[in-house]
Amino acid sequence: MTEGPLIALEGIGRSYGAGEAEVRALERVDLTIRRGEFVAIMGPSGSGKSTAMNIIGCLDRPTSGRYLFEGTDVSGLDRDGRALLRRHFLGFVFQGFNLLPRTTALENVELPLIYKGLPRAERIEKAQRALARVGLAGREHHDPSQLSGGQQQRVAIARALAGEPAVILADEPTGNLDSQRSHEIMQLMQALNREGITIVMVTHEEDIAAYAGRLVVFTDGHLTRDEPVRARA
Amino acid sequence: MLWETIRLAFIAIVRNKLRSFLTVLGVVIGVAAVIAMVTVGQGSSAQVSANVASLGTNVLILRPGKRMMGPGTRDTSPAFTLRDVEALEELPVIRAVSPNTSASQTVVFGNANATTSITGTTAAYLTVANWVLAGGRAFTPAEERQGAAVCILGETVRQKLFGAADPLGQTVRIKSISCLVVGLLEAKGAGSFGQDQDDLVLMPIRTVQRRLVGNQDVSGMSVALQDGVSATRGIRDIGALLRERRRIGPADEENFSVTDMKEIASMLTSINTVLAGLLSSVAAVSLLVGGIGIMNIMLVSVTERTREIGIRLAVGATAGQVLTQFLVEAVVLSVLGGMIGIALGLALALVASRYMLIPFTPDPLVVLMAFGFSAVVGVIFGYFPARRAARLDPIEALRHQ
Repeated sequence: MTEGPLIALEGIGRSYGAGEAEVRALERVDLTIRRGEFVAIMGPSGSGKSTAMNIIGCLDRPTSGRYLFEGTDVSGLDRDGRALLRRHFLGFVFQGFNLLPRTTALENVELPLIYKGLPRAERIEKAQRALARVGLAGREHHDPSQLSGGQQQRVAIARALAGEPAVILADEPTGNLDSQRSHEIMQLMQALNREGITIVMVTHEEDIAAYAGRLVVFTDGHLTRDEPVRARA
Repeated sequence: MLWETIRLAFIAIVRNKLRSFLTVLGVVIGVAAVIAMVTVGQGSSAQVSANVASLGTNVLILRPGKRMMGPGTRDTSPAFTLRDVEALEELPVIRAVSPNTSASQTVVFGNANATTSITGTTAAYLTVANWVLAGGRAFTPAEERQGAAVCILGETVRQKLFGAADPLGQTVRIKSISCLVVGLLEAKGAGSFGQDQDDLVLMPIRTVQRRLVGNQDVSGMSVALQDGVSATRGIRDIGALLRERRRIGPADEENFSVTDMKEIASMLTSINTVLAGLLSSVAAVSLLVGGIGIMNIMLVSVTERTREIGIRLAVGATAGQVLTQFLVEAVVLSVLGGMIGIALGLALALVASRYMLIPFTPDPLVVLMAFGFSAVVGVIFGYFPARRAARLDPIEALRHQ
């Protein structure tokens, strides 16, 4: 493990189309995230915050610039290379929960461990531990349809946790939840961060961003603000 | 990992039971058809071979009438007579001749009756047609000469009339004749055309001629050749004799036919083979259609499960793993279909064999091939949808509603 930053975006650009029709979603973005940080990314729609998130999550690749993950340039990785990086180092939490329907909570949490090639007994043990960590012990065999929105998002967080990733990427994790559930989820995220887990979260709600330790704002494809969060709830 | 994938495939299939069933129906029908056709075909070929063996060696069948008759032509060829039989017996190439003349009659014993074919013949018939006596005796030369009221029962008739009782020495009634049962035939089973060979009663030919049909005709003869005499030579010598006796000029067409039973048997076998081949190709087409059905449903499934694919890609599945998952699903589907088809096909073949009175001889090689073929169908028709799934962009897939 290097002592350098976990994530380093250097002059990252992402454009779609070519020539006259070229759309620049991101331009010359520099962003460094250290191990253990809790970063909230904000910005209006079309500001490039989701594009940045996708690049950090290795779901997308930049058209220019360098992306260093733990000091290694990963911007040139192919599809499968990025899949392996996601498998071993990244955990995702989405706005729409994105759980597999008609699949129990436990099986959902096991999913990344299957691709990691863990034996069944170990998978079940880790998945159970992750579910217990998010407060869902005893709900292992519930279907997503039998769980409330907040519980479903907890399952998704457990899934992201189970693979013991270097960083959890949360894309509007509270977007589909009412305010009370939102705050419960954020308290959970904050607790996880205090245990040492690095979190990068996209949101458009100020009070949600307030749970983070650092706020990054995108406007028109540029990183326009980067400051510590003053008031922590 | 592969086991995990197969397990996942099963879960996905079980989730949509009805749809999965309808999807594999094409493969089920295709495989069932192939299995049933081939099994029945092989059974009836086995039956034909068994019949050829039971005919004994070198048997020729003689019938009056021209070999080839166009539709609407009336055959006026005269029947054979018992004098023809005697003349043939003199030929050196011939070991035995048995004449026959048949009539359909009802045989009555007590309250039981059976409508069967009464074959008038001689004791030589047993040798020529390879019959074995299960009990009693054949006709004596005296009974044959006198046209005595004696008979030998086939197994089917014996069962219908006597059941468990002993028929030997009993008297059955055929038309107005009271007929003494002197012998019983051992069962032969079904013939090449699926007919029951044991459904007959033998009587001396003179008895049948005088008391059942009322003429002196011999409607056919079976001839056993001497050992070492070829069928060709037998046909030539018999032909020459009959042409002379029936006064057919050298330029005229024969008004009788001499047929080698082996020739008929091999013809039947080749008809069987051609039929089985034709039906199997129809079945192969239905397998192809079944494969297209699988491809269609797999494409629908990939579209429906786009989000699931996105989730799997996000948590680190490689394109190859997604491809494998959907390919395995298609193969599991078609192999399941294949297995149901094999079971169904064998059941159909069993029922058909019983009905057609042929042996049921399932061929493990054919079953294995049908199984392999259904797996291949899954791979071929599952590949395209699976590749489509594997090539999805994770971001697009996750956004899919």
